Formats: sequence, structure tokens, C-alpha cells
Amino acid sequence: MTFDIITNNLPALTVIIPLIAGFLTPIIGWINRKLCWYHVMLTMFIVFLITASNLLTVINTGTIHYQFGGWAPPFGIEYVIDLLNGFVCIIIAFIGLMVSIYSKESIKKELPGKTIPYYSIYLLLVTGLMGMTITGDIFNFYVFLEISSLTAYALIAIGDRKDGIVASFNYLIMGTVAASFILLGIGYLYAVTGTLNMADMQNILPTIYDNKVVLAALAFFMAGFSIKVGLFPLHTWLPDAYTHAPSTSSALIAGLMTKVGAYAMIRFMFGVFTPAFVIDMTRMTEILTWAAALAIIVGSVLAIAQSDMKRMLAYSSVSQIGYILLGVGLANVIGMQGGLLHILNHAVMKSALFLVAGAIFYRTGIRNIHQFKGLGKRMPVTTTVFLIAGLSMIGVPGTVGFTSKWYLVLGSMEAGMWIFVLIILASSLLNLAYFWRVFDNIWFGHPHEVEKIKRDEAPLSMLIPMVILAGLCIFFGIFAYYPLHYILEPLSNMLLGIGVLP
Amino acid sequence: MSDIQQSIIIRTIVRIMIPFILLFSLYVIMHGASGPGGGFQGGVIFGAGIILYAMIYGIEEAKKKISDKANRILASGGLVLYAGTGLLAILFGGMFLEYGVIPLMPTTAYTAKILIDVVEIGIGMTVLAVMISLFFDISPPETEEDMHIHEEVE
Repeated sequence: MTFDIITNNLPALTVIIPLIAGFLTPIIGWINRKLCWYHVMLTMFIVFLITASNLLTVINTGTIHYQFGGWAPPFGIEYVIDLLNGFVCIIIAFIGLMVSIYSKESIKKELPGKTIPYYSIYLLLVTGLMGMTITGDIFNFYVFLEISSLTAYALIAIGDRKDGIVASFNYLIMGTVAASFILLGIGYLYAVTGTLNMADMQNILPTIYDNKVVLAALAFFMAGFSIKVGLFPLHTWLPDAYTHAPSTSSALIAGLMTKVGAYAMIRFMFGVFTPAFVIDMTRMTEILTWAAALAIIVGSVLAIAQSDMKRMLAYSSVSQIGYILLGVGLANVIGMQGGLLHILNHAVMKSALFLVAGAIFYRTGIRNIHQFKGLGKRMPVTTTVFLIAGLSMIGVPGTVGFTSKWYLVLGSMEAGMWIFVLIILASSLLNLAYFWRVFDNIWFGHPHEVEKIKRDEAPLSMLIPMVILAGLCIFFGIFAYYPLHYILEPLSNMLLGIGVLP
Repeated sequence: MSDIQQSIIIRTIVRIMIPFILLFSLYVIMHGASGPGGGFQGGVIFGAGIILYAMIYGIEEAKKKISDKANRILASGGLVLYAGTGLLAILFGGMFLEYGVIPLMPTTAYTAKILIDVVEIGIGMTVLAVMISLFFDISPPETEEDMHIHEEVE
């Protein structure tokens, strides 16, 4: 009986549990500041279990619909979990859990005295991202978009560094412009369809595709989401924001914010509009592939020019977002699988890399790549994690990065776009160029007194999440069959309107 | 600023007005389910009452009435009250925020009204606390001169 009550409400609980826990954090911190960490970790663990259960239910029995307050759609707010958002939700919950475990020591050192507000905002950011992903109502989506954006600005600005505040302000301006575009798009669609429910809207829209308001709405959405995901040349907020944020914030935001933006872009293109409209009628996907290809090359080239570790990783994010959108824009099943798989892969790799950057900064205070000499001996586990995640970014076989790039290359061939094959290969070489500099300094750089370097590893609570993430880089590299077969293949068919869900 | 704070007319009028402002805000909050108004509007009016007091009598005086800690607890507590009401509906076997399933009153509509009022109170608490703490946070710290003026007037 009680179990039924909980299982029926799991979709709502995915959002509500981090929300309530976020508001309880100040009260718990008021009792004892040290309890906050356990509270956040426990919450994230519960959310992770819920999202895992949701995903399994979707795989086994099909899409879940949840009506808020018992009001039937299209009038009430509906939460819809299908393979796409079930997949993204579990990534959010997992990265959130890993970063929360890691945050204990890092927060103590980087943000002394701000533990309580940090954890409150942390849980609210997770709430916002979950809500954006899980909702089936586009205005509800906008509300959660604002929650996640506002909390992200706060997480970037929470440090003591003045640069962080400036970066956060730039992000705020760009993010607000993006949100305004998205809001305008929602308003236009609401004006012509009279509904806010995504599925309902998708049924109504095909009859009025020649309407210019619908075209304008699509353009607004694409412009808005391009800023949100940091697609070149609208990426200018991204490097500063990632560089100057506290370590744990950068890992969380770099790992998740842009992925959820990419998810939203996919959802709006294929879940609000129809594949026929974005692929054939407006050729939006084709524009997207070229923009993505440009982002891949320019992001990698800019990353080579950086000497600050976090800034290099930030520019690398610009290029990796290109991979995701390239796969989606190719609009064939194989390319789509590659793009969607890269959402998972990039979240895992980039979080691991930012966590390593944070751990190195925690122990040594160094962020400049050229000062990393001898670090391989000093922090062997941390730097090994960096090596694995870095190789995965380059796309060495046996790691996750290889699988998604392989699918992207196959997808480009199937689409007959050989130039993208060249771009992906060229970008892999560029990735190698900027990661090799770091590997070279860490493992082969010889400081004058090699013998004197003592082992000085990061604390265990920081090592565990990093090692788990590195392990996943290899696990999904070897067993890529599971996500591809159970989730991504039916999902890609569904998105492109080829097959129907089981 | 200091001239206005010193004026005996303004100080007296503010002192008379504030109870009515607060009473009106409670009326707006409680009226949320059955008429125009609601938690947000009522909370803003309540917050405005306290802010008016702070403007005339000084931040320090206002903090004696409603401290930072009280603000923090009100802000969190209000939202917990809101979400808790929703969870209560889940515990009684309904959907989140499906008020009708809770057997509180003989008719579902009446139950819903009562529970919407509870939710409005929660929203009101949060809004007033956040309004007030925003005002406290962005107002500049009081100078020694200002403090001196207070002492003179009193």
C-alpha cells in the first residue's frame, strides 16, 4: 500500500525531493553545519535511485505520464518521462551525486563559511535541471529554466574572487537574453496553438507550419538554446564562467548545464516541432551541423592557446558541444545515437576533468599547465584519472570518447557529408595536441629535484568520485552496447519518427 | 534621509499605519483561495510594512523586530509548508498537490480551499522573509552619525 503510493509518484518526487531538501538545508545547517554534506549526499543518492527506477520503468513498460494535482492535460501540468529525458535525468542525478561527495573538502577550503548557502543552491540547481528535463509543459519548462539559470549564476559568483562575480554577471546578461528568446518563442507558439502541453502542441502545429509566427518561434528557440549550450560564436560567456567558478561549481555546471541545454534543443526540435519540419521544411538541422562543425574546430584551436587548466577545459567544452549537436543535426539514426551518447560521455569525462583540476588546485594551488611538472609523482591517482579522462576526450579506442566519435563518423558517412569525417578526425588531433601538453608536463616534466617530491594525494572523499567517473569512462567504452541497445537506438528511431516505442 | 527620519510627524504616522498594513496583508493572504489576492501579494505587503519601519526607524531597530535568523527560518519554512502540503496529498494516495484526496472536510472543494490557504500562507511567509532580507542586505551599513540621530530623537 505505502509502496504503491511512492512508486506512483516517482516522476513528481524526482523534482520535489531535491526542492524540499534544498529548503531544508538552511534549517539543518542551523542545527549543525557538518550535517549539510550528509544531507545533500543522501538526497542526491535518493534522487539517483528514483531516476534509475524511472528509467527502468520506461525501458520495460514505456513512457510514464504524471498529472500534477490530478488535472488532465492539456489543461494541467503533465510530467512525461520517455527514453530521452529518463536518460538525461539519470545523468544529472549521477553527476550531482558524484560532485556532492567530492564537495566536502573542497567547499571547506574554497568557500569557508558559505557551506549552507552553497548546498542550498546546489540542490536548487539540481531541481531546476531535473524539472527542465522531466516536464511535458513548455511554460513549466521555462520556469525551471529560470530556476536553474539563477542558481547557476549564484554558484559561479559565490567564491571570493572578483573575477567570478564579473564572469557570473556576463553569464547573467547572456543567459537572460537567451531566456527572453525562449520565452518569446513560447509566447508565439501559445498564441497560435492555444496550448502549452508539448504533445498537444506537436499535434496542432503541423496544420499551421506555413504560418510565419511558427517559423519565428523556431528561430527564437534555436537562438536562445544556442546561447544556453554555448554554441560557437555565442559561447563567450562560457570560458570565463567555467574558469572563475569554485571547483565544485565548475564540475557541476560544465558537466550538466550545457547538456540539459542540448537536451532541451533536441526536445524542442523533435518533441514540439516535428522531424519533417526541422529536417526537410526549414532545414534547421543542416544549419545546426555546420554551426556545430565550426564549433568543433574553433573550440579545439582556442583550447590549444590556453595555459590555465580550467580555461582550456572550458574551451574544450565548446568543441564537445559541437559533437553532440553535429550528431543531432545529421538527422540519421547512427549520427543521432552518436550525438546522444556523447551527452552521457561528455558529462562523465568533463566532470572528471574539472574534478581533477579542482583536486590539483586544492592540494597545490596551481592552475597553470606549465607548472604541473612532477605532479605525476606527487598525486599519482588524481593524474591517472586525468590521463584516462583525457584519453577519452581524444577518443582512444577502449574509452567512451571513441564510441561516440565512431558513431558520429559513421553517421556523417551515411549522410554523405565526408567533410564532417575530416572535421572529426582533425579535431581529434587538435584534442591530442592540447591534452598532450598537460600529459607531458605531468608525467615527463622534470623539475630539478625529482627525488624530493613526496606523495601528497587528494583526500579520499575527493578521490572516490574521480575514480568512479574514470572507471565509467572505460566501462562505457567497452560496454557501450548497453546504453546504445536499450536506450539510444529505440530513442533515435523515435525522435526521427521512424519506429515507435515498444 | 536623516531629516525625514527625524520628523516627528512621519514617525508617528508610520507607527499608526504599520499595524493596518500588516493586518491588510494577512487579509490578502487569507483571501487567496476565494478572491483576488494571495500569498505573493500579501507577503509583499507585509514585507513593505516592515521595510517602511526600517526606513524610518533604522535597520538596527527593524532587525530587533525580525532578525536575520527569523528571516531565514521563515523563508525556508514557508516553502517546506508549501511542498509539505503537496506531499501530504501523495501520502493520502493522490497526485502531488491533489488536495481533494485528503479527508479533512466533508466536501473536496472545501478541503481544497483550506489547503490552498495553507499553501498561500507558506508562499506569504517566504515572500515576506525574502523581501525583507533583500532590503537588509542591499542597504548600506548605518554610519555613526545616523546612530547618533536615533539617540537624539529618542
